[in-house]
Amino acid sequence: MSLFYFVAFVAIFFALMTIFTKNPVHSVLYLVVTFFTLTVHYILLNAQFLAVVNFIVYMGAIMVLFLFVLMLLNLNGDTEPMKSNLVKVIGVIAGMCLFATLLGAFRVIEPSNEIVTGNTDIGLVKHLGNVLFNEFLLPFEISAILLLIAMIGAVLLAKKEVKEIKKA
Amino acid sequence: MQSLSNRKKVIEQKPMNFWERMYLPAIAKGLGITIRHFFKKIPTVKYPEEQRPYSKNFRGLHSLKRDEEGRERCTACGLCALSCPAEAITMIAAERTKEEEHLYREEKYAAVYEINMLRCIFCGLCEEACPKEAIYLDGPHVTADYVRKDFIYGKDKLVEPVFDITKLNPEKTN
Amino acid sequence: MEGAFILEKLILVVIVFTISLVIAMYSTLAERKIAGFMQDRHGPNRAGFGGILQPLCDGGKFFFKEEIIPAGAHKPLFILGPTLAIITACISSAVIPWGQTLTIGEREVALQVADINVGVLYIFGVVALGVYGIMLGGWASNNKFSLMGAIRAASQSISYEIPMGLSIIALLMVTGTLSMGEIVAQQSGFVNWNIWAQPLGFLIFMVCAFAECNRVPFDLPECETELIGGYHTEYSSMKLGLYMFSEYINMFVSSALMAALYFGGYNFPFMYELGLSQNWITIIGVLVFFLKIFGFIFFFMWVRWTLPRFRYDQLMGLGWKILIPLAIANIVLTAVVIVVKDTYF
Repeated sequence: MSLFYFVAFVAIFFALMTIFTKNPVHSVLYLVVTFFTLTVHYILLNAQFLAVVNFIVYMGAIMVLFLFVLMLLNLNGDTEPMKSNLVKVIGVIAGMCLFATLLGAFRVIEPSNEIVTGNTDIGLVKHLGNVLFNEFLLPFEISAILLLIAMIGAVLLAKKEVKEIKKA
Repeated sequence: MQSLSNRKKVIEQKPMNFWERMYLPAIAKGLGITIRHFFKKIPTVKYPEEQRPYSKNFRGLHSLKRDEEGRERCTACGLCALSCPAEAITMIAAERTKEEEHLYREEKYAAVYEINMLRCIFCGLCEEACPKEAIYLDGPHVTADYVRKDFIYGKDKLVEPVFDITKLNPEKTN
Repeated sequence: MEGAFILEKLILVVIVFTISLVIAMYSTLAERKIAGFMQDRHGPNRAGFGGILQPLCDGGKFFFKEEIIPAGAHKPLFILGPTLAIITACISSAVIPWGQTLTIGEREVALQVADINVGVLYIFGVVALGVYGIMLGGWASNNKFSLMGAIRAASQSISYEIPMGLSIIALLMVTGTLSMGEIVAQQSGFVNWNIWAQPLGFLIFMVCAFAECNRVPFDLPECETELIGGYHTEYSSMKLGLYMFSEYINMFVSSALMAALYFGGYNFPFMYELGLSQNWITIIGVLVFFLKIFGFIFFFMWVRWTLPRFRYDQLMGLGWKILIPLAIANIVLTAVVIVVKDTYF
């Protein structure tokens, strides 16, 4: 349990560092560390498959792309747009709303509930596959279709730009 | 244009067929060539340990010869310096005294004899010009050095060592 | 956990680390020797007998060279870059099964550091992490060539991870497990090697392994001619050495992976018919495994001294337009074959 608290502390610390640091590249790197602590959380929950997938997809692919874009943009303090006070106030209100929603959600779930704790082997590949392709087949397939649509959309967006350049 | 030699070839670039576009056969061919070279005999000579034989008429570093009694043959006539197309040879002549008869063959000898190896083109004309058969280009390569003045070779480097039959190892002569 | 178990694993980890470092060291010599032989010359032959001490001389030279950190560089990240590269290269060998079990006295010692049940995915994760070392180093150098190399490395590694993953999926459909230990154990004998079931998958995997290791013909992140060294342009001394080392360790690990996943790992033909004791089978198996690994390392070098480098758009075209469709076709084909086999035979 003490391991959990340590990892949780590290996760929250680096998540805060992600927000508060000025340099966007540092921000991304702190986010990478945060994702790594999340991977450790998954391992602590005995969900090895989810842990590794989180590792590959978030740390290995998405954050690399983030870093890639940031390196190309070369952002620094001068290029940062001025934020008005109104934006800051709205941001605080929105954050509070999210926080309240999350708190309410946690109260409803009751973490000690039997359904939530459930089977501790659920994170292993075999069990996860069984659950995904039996109980949750429809949502799984729908999310797959959603991803496919997003992919086609991305391809279309990229294609359109090329045509415009040719016309011009 | 009309070809006058009848050797003109019209080369057309055909679009690659499927087999060619896969590139794998071409890669395999390339790999075949490199692996053949892997087992080939290596022509490199490992220089300091192995040396390639020199040609018979190779012209290297000059040496000033001695006669059969161990006396220097050079008489400082200056014909070599005169014949030298690169102006590499200079010398100062001196007269032989009575005590020096065992050192020099002729009455006049070269007190100083210098060849600038940076100027020398190893043409061998000095060898041909010499009336006393005193200079031959029969040495090895001139070695590298750090400063230019060290390339001016004096008598200390040019005159061949004294041949002393008594110091020869008797076992080696057999 | 008992003490003996931890001790046993610790010894195994130290041995694996040492072996991968020594192999990486001697890969540098082998690379230069093979380059020499393929170009009809000797290669390095002065340090020790036939140049056998050359890697030590190179290592010593790296240690004593001046350490330069450019004035405009981002210092912490500049140091973090090679560190990450070497760490990710070293930890990926943890799940590779080097051999069967050895019986020492009463204990059965498994020659695998960790047989986790998502071993294949673990390797993927670590490989994906490896690109951070190159990216951070390239960006922190504050040099346009380094940045260019870093960006090329990032896009190349992301592009080739996809077909690599897809070719592995087809393999997993055949084997039905994600554990490296089980995948190798299934391929006992000779006819059970996965290469016979997945020739196309192996080809795709091998091409992607070349790309992930930044080896010729996919060495665009560090091409000397265009980017004067790419991401390690600004690096000197042992930091450069660490980058080089991580490249060779990566090559060793991916050779081990190819041997383990497709060529039966420690399995060799007639391993049970010869009537040997278990310990002898294990020892010969380890030797056979390393023989296969050396074969692949040789192949890596052989290709390096044969093929020229790809152009960048050709690299991307090969990855996205040829390898990914091929890998997907391979998955579909494998699925059809499995279904037909299960239904009719």
